[in-house]
Amino acid sequence: MAIDLEQFHEVFFEESLEGLDVMEHGLLAINGGEQPDIDVINTIFRAAHSIKGGSGTFGFMAIANFTHVLETLLDEARDGSRILGTDAVDLLLQSCDCLRAMVVSLQAGEPINDTTSAPLVTAFEAMLASDVIVAPAETPSQDASPAETTSVVDPAAIPSIDSGLSHNDIVEASINGVLGSGDDTVLDDGDSGETEGSSGGSGSEWKITFQPDPEILMTGNEPLRLFRELAAMGELRTEAHTQLIPDFDHLSADECFISWTLWLKADVSRDDILEVFDWVIDECKLEVELVGDGLASAAPATIEEPVQIAEEPSEEEPSEEEPSEEEPSEEVLAAPISVSESTPASAPTPKVAVAKAAALKQGDDAAPTSAASSSSSIRVGIDKVDSLINLVGELVITQSMLSELGNNFEMAKLDRLSNGLEQLLQNTKELQESVMRIRMLPISFAFNRFPRMIRDLAQKTGKVVDLKLSGEQTELDKTVMEQIGDPLVHLVRNAIDHGIEPTEERIANGKPEQGVIKLDAYHQGGNIVIEISDDGRGINPDIILAKAIEKGLVSEDDDLSESRIFDLIFEPGFSTAAVVSDISGRGVGMDVVRRNIKSLGGRIEILSKLGIGSTFKVYLPLTLAIVDGQLVRVGTETYIVPLISIVESLQIKPELVNRVSGEMALYRLREDNVPIIPIYKEFGIEADNTDLENGLLVVVEGEGQKIGLLVDDLLAQQQVVIKSLVNNYKRVEGISGATILGDGSVSMILDVAGLIRQVSDRPKIKSSRKSRGSNSQNQAA
Amino acid sequence: MDIQALAQTVPVEGVVNLEGIDFVNNGSEFLTFCLGSEHYGVEILSVKEIRGWERPTLIPNSPDYIKGVINIRGIIIPIIDLRLRFSVGEAVYIDTTVVIVLSLADENMNCMMGFVVDAVSDVLNVDEGDIKKAPSFGGTLPNDMVEGLVNVGENVVTVIKIEQLLTLEAD
Repeated sequence: MAIDLEQFHEVFFEESLEGLDVMEHGLLAINGGEQPDIDVINTIFRAAHSIKGGSGTFGFMAIANFTHVLETLLDEARDGSRILGTDAVDLLLQSCDCLRAMVVSLQAGEPINDTTSAPLVTAFEAMLASDVIVAPAETPSQDASPAETTSVVDPAAIPSIDSGLSHNDIVEASINGVLGSGDDTVLDDGDSGETEGSSGGSGSEWKITFQPDPEILMTGNEPLRLFRELAAMGELRTEAHTQLIPDFDHLSADECFISWTLWLKADVSRDDILEVFDWVIDECKLEVELVGDGLASAAPATIEEPVQIAEEPSEEEPSEEEPSEEEPSEEVLAAPISVSESTPASAPTPKVAVAKAAALKQGDDAAPTSAASSSSSIRVGIDKVDSLINLVGELVITQSMLSELGNNFEMAKLDRLSNGLEQLLQNTKELQESVMRIRMLPISFAFNRFPRMIRDLAQKTGKVVDLKLSGEQTELDKTVMEQIGDPLVHLVRNAIDHGIEPTEERIANGKPEQGVIKLDAYHQGGNIVIEISDDGRGINPDIILAKAIEKGLVSEDDDLSESRIFDLIFEPGFSTAAVVSDISGRGVGMDVVRRNIKSLGGRIEILSKLGIGSTFKVYLPLTLAIVDGQLVRVGTETYIVPLISIVESLQIKPELVNRVSGEMALYRLREDNVPIIPIYKEFGIEADNTDLENGLLVVVEGEGQKIGLLVDDLLAQQQVVIKSLVNNYKRVEGISGATILGDGSVSMILDVAGLIRQVSDRPKIKSSRKSRGSNSQNQAA
Repeated sequence: MDIQALAQTVPVEGVVNLEGIDFVNNGSEFLTFCLGSEHYGVEILSVKEIRGWERPTLIPNSPDYIKGVINIRGIIIPIIDLRLRFSVGEAVYIDTTVVIVLSLADENMNCMMGFVVDAVSDVLNVDEGDIKKAPSFGGTLPNDMVEGLVNVGENVVTVIKIEQLLTLEAD
């Protein structure tokens, strides 16, 4: 049976991309000439190393080779023999992009285009060769060797994967990959100069201490077979230790109590020997020691290291839970959904290897390897899942209590019943919240791309910009997050392009040389608010107004408030570039930004003071799946008006109703004139109250326009789950979806913006509406 | 596989009379229903359930044959009155009026809808060859919606193509 490595590819891609994010993050943190934090460099190195290991295992040689060069540089930085200057960071950042492109094209099943990577490799090599190295020349050559070990292993791995050889081969190959990366991590802080694989001289003698766990036989592993395999390598002497065998009474036939010491005289490397024990490494204590060597001089140096390496697994393995339980859970608690530092090598390898990898890679690398295989997967913190399980437990208890009550119910138990129902209500509410929380991700997912972007843009524009992030832990629905990314990028770009002034101008205006862009996210009511603010030149309303008048968007007589004027920049075809700066607009315009935000059910506001700066506030619903709604009744139908769009609800005072231009009725709401839209007319249904006088009006706002909806009655307010009508039917104008009410009936959710559009388009569709209206009247009758 | 032949070769204790048991051999099974005085059939594998008529929630500005939507275990499905759709019989809603819920899930479409009919009548076994091509003479049904005609005793059953039925007309 061959293991289908393909199934792990997706995990590898995902984790590689995560690794690249980690690298980029770390690189941006360095971004200076001074000696950076060694932890940061280690993190970057680990990420790069994991990508290399993983890609080697899966035979993505282009990535593996490229990462190898990159890693060599990082390795020098890691042991302090090189200081990462700005040029090095630049180069590394570029290579991150290059790697990302490679991974993406692999993911899409396209061949890798190495035209981008080749010049980078040359640049790396030039840097490696030319730069002054601080430490003795010995160090780099030593340090390069672990990397080479892995790449020596890699070619061996590929043929076996490609040709889909036996099970054994593939596992060996992948374990090699894991071993390579694992060992390095273990020896991370020490001089990892010793390479376990290369010390096999001719005629070396190995001492192998093999103490299997008693259960080893039950898993189908027969020590004898292992010894035969060893014997095939060379001259083998064995010695069995039987002192652990218990009394006959306690002896169990399917347990193994014998341990062995073996001496193998053969021209093999440690890897070769470890390979033999691959299958049982989790179930035994194994020590491999070099006792006699043809090259005697190497012996004293090697003995210490190999023992350490060998002990490492043997100590870790029996208590495999130790690292995998403590470390990950701590990490998960600390950062519920973290961009984990887990290495790709651990997840994509077959089961055996994964177990080993977890044991080998103790410490910070052992992140949870969640089963995230599909492209639209989600990483969920273990605490969230735990709380769900707790809640389900409570729900079950409540349910059993209720069903017991119901079995022989009498009036005396009425109190307990209502208590139980109360509890049930509580439970379901909490359950609902917990389930929704699973879909929530911290907004840092969307924010994380900005440090890099700002760095690049600042370089390009020659401005000095500092980015301040806050509220990164604010959680947002995954769907919303995915769709808000592009609008945010655009807004941030605008802030740099148009907002922040060039350095000279800033200095001339008495501002600090460095511009500041702030990204903030916080909850407000049922919304999440994302603020993008800069301390730049601000937006000049006069210029915008002039431009709008020139374009005919508004007339000169219009007396517009400042916020209305700012809103004009969201109008399609309103080029911000011509207004605020010389830099031409790029691609998406502000109208697209607003449209995207609108389609998420959010809105955007601009605050700006000339010369001081601008703030864009994006209001988004916490989730797309649930909406707070006001239930209204029209005739026999119940509709739901999203609470977010309701301005107010009022009883119509007849004296405030004005009839204008034929059919139109306007309601004077303070200084505004609000058109009255009777829902029954709009939807062609029957209503109890068709009289405007004494009717109920729900004033709603959408697309900057207020309208009053005439309804028969206001019912409860409640949270409703949005269900799509499109799945089984099609889009309906003026309706954003449907929901199921407590009694099981379906109720339509009004799409306020759509309704307003429909009403304002009325003149165009008037003739066709007439016939339709009569049609539906018939139907209702 | 010929089940009857198989049944004869399998040794059984006692005498088993297979006559009168309606085995499916080759053809498919159709659920037949009435619209007014006409008989129609749909492939039974697409029938999700049959339920009594309940008043659906209206969809604003929809064609008259779309009666609205109902909730089936959390899924919202539209209800279409086939009598109005096909202009057959009278659209009255009485105790025996039923809704046949059809669902289709393949790579092209994934859709569930309810259809109001006067009554459900029978399950029909039809061999592939027994479905005759429908003549294109008048009739209110769109031609591409008819799979064919099947003679059942005195009556003729119109077999409907479900894909077409579940495809909403663009308006």
